[in-house]
Amino acid sequence: MMHCFDMLYSPTLLETQYQSNELQRETQRDAYEFRKLGEVKVLGASLSIFCCRIEWALKHKGITYEYIEEDLRNKSTLLLKSNPVHKKIPVLLHGDKPVAESLIILEYIDETWRENPLMPDDPSEKAMVRFWAKYVDEKCVISAWTASRTKGHEQEKAIESTQESLKLLNKLIEGKTFFGGETMGFLDLVVGSLPNWIKFIEEFVGIKLFDTKELSFLHEWAQRFTEIPIIKESIPMKEDLLNYFRAQQNAK
Amino acid sequence: METHSKKMAEVKLFRTWSSRFALRIVWALKLKDVQYDTIFEDLSNKSPLLLQYNPVHKKVPVLVHNGKSVAESLVILEYIEETWKQNPLLSEDPHERAAARFWAKFGDEKVLPSIWEAFNSEGKEQEEGIVKAKENLKYLEEELKGKKFFGGEHIGFADIALGWLAELENVFEEVASMKVIAEDEFPLLSEWKRTFADAPIIKENWPPRDKLVTKYQAFREANLLNKAPK
Repeated sequence: MMHCFDMLYSPTLLETQYQSNELQRETQRDAYEFRKLGEVKVLGASLSIFCCRIEWALKHKGITYEYIEEDLRNKSTLLLKSNPVHKKIPVLLHGDKPVAESLIILEYIDETWRENPLMPDDPSEKAMVRFWAKYVDEKCVISAWTASRTKGHEQEKAIESTQESLKLLNKLIEGKTFFGGETMGFLDLVVGSLPNWIKFIEEFVGIKLFDTKELSFLHEWAQRFTEIPIIKESIPMKEDLLNYFRAQQNAK
Repeated sequence: METHSKKMAEVKLFRTWSSRFALRIVWALKLKDVQYDTIFEDLSNKSPLLLQYNPVHKKVPVLVHNGKSVAESLVILEYIEETWKQNPLLSEDPHERAAARFWAKFGDEKVLPSIWEAFNSEGKEQEEGIVKAKENLKYLEEELKGKKFFGGEHIGFADIALGWLAELENVFEEVASMKVIAEDEFPLLSEWKRTFADAPIIKENWPPRDKLVTKYQAFREANLLNKAPK
């Protein structure tokens, strides 16, 4: 916040306002230091492609947390109280304060615990990360999900949309070790669970979404990413997803 | 003089006269007193520059700063916030920032589609649509308790993201002959609408209402016609 410190040396009314604002902001910053000592809990589901993002972020920063597995057919009072609007996982609880929506939780984690940053410093690089994170959730995920639940023309459109969006991601990772550069970052965590999940959908529904040859950069990145120990621990694997959903099907 | 005009050309905003998403950017830039050039787009005939700056979505708004483009209005708002630190739109408190982002997202993903759905319906379908929209709006009403704006004492990120409710929503209600945000059911939201719509900067930048009414009348007629007959 260099601009605030600069202002402290010129005696004007504006300076007074900036001083009192800066004092307010300092008090807020002290409050976070204190709240960093609050307990961290994650309400999640082990096969969720969104929850793993949160666990990865916390592990990446070395934050201790309690993981609570939710039964989504019988949601806990804590979940319903913590996320009354959407009633969905993941939810992060820091002390007694909840944060919902995985991308928002990731930003919260990155802003609260500054070690091993997930976001780049530069605002325009950050904007790129946010843009693509939004794209992943609004295009890739929704298209693949739609392709898994529809038939006929609607399914064809969804398959095409998924393939197109994956091609863009493939182009984005070309020539890079991770989306974050040399080390993994925010976007790696966002895309991370997708390849396995998409391959699960392919096998479960019997459609073609992920062409390994066409998406060779993305495929190689996925293999690299999944080998990282903290990632491997929490990633929903294709086999686990298949086993779960096939069991669901047979139970009907 | 040369430096000043060079600085003026540094920031460009691609928009249309009516886009509620582009309006967010206008508000944010003006609230932070950032000088910028406007490029109005005709979406039926998109400029090569727009296609170059937003090849993925080919939409407005797009902000170009020092030659680098940013697309998606909420992403642009965050960029503006980080680049021009005067008159902050987001709190320093990570939890309050998360809340502002949450409500902005909720507005775009739930509130807007539900009101749009009711807008493009009539009769019983519209009634049901209004019920759904009100369920979403109840959360916003709750969030305003004890607050002048979603951002607290001052206009913040969430206010700007939800700002379309303060004027465009009135246009929707008029054109579709429906009442969604009634004073007795949503006293806080109704008050917020008035306060926000009348705030400095905000009130000077609304698109012309009569043009909006005409535009959305045409939209609604076309959408109703396109709906499969029952």
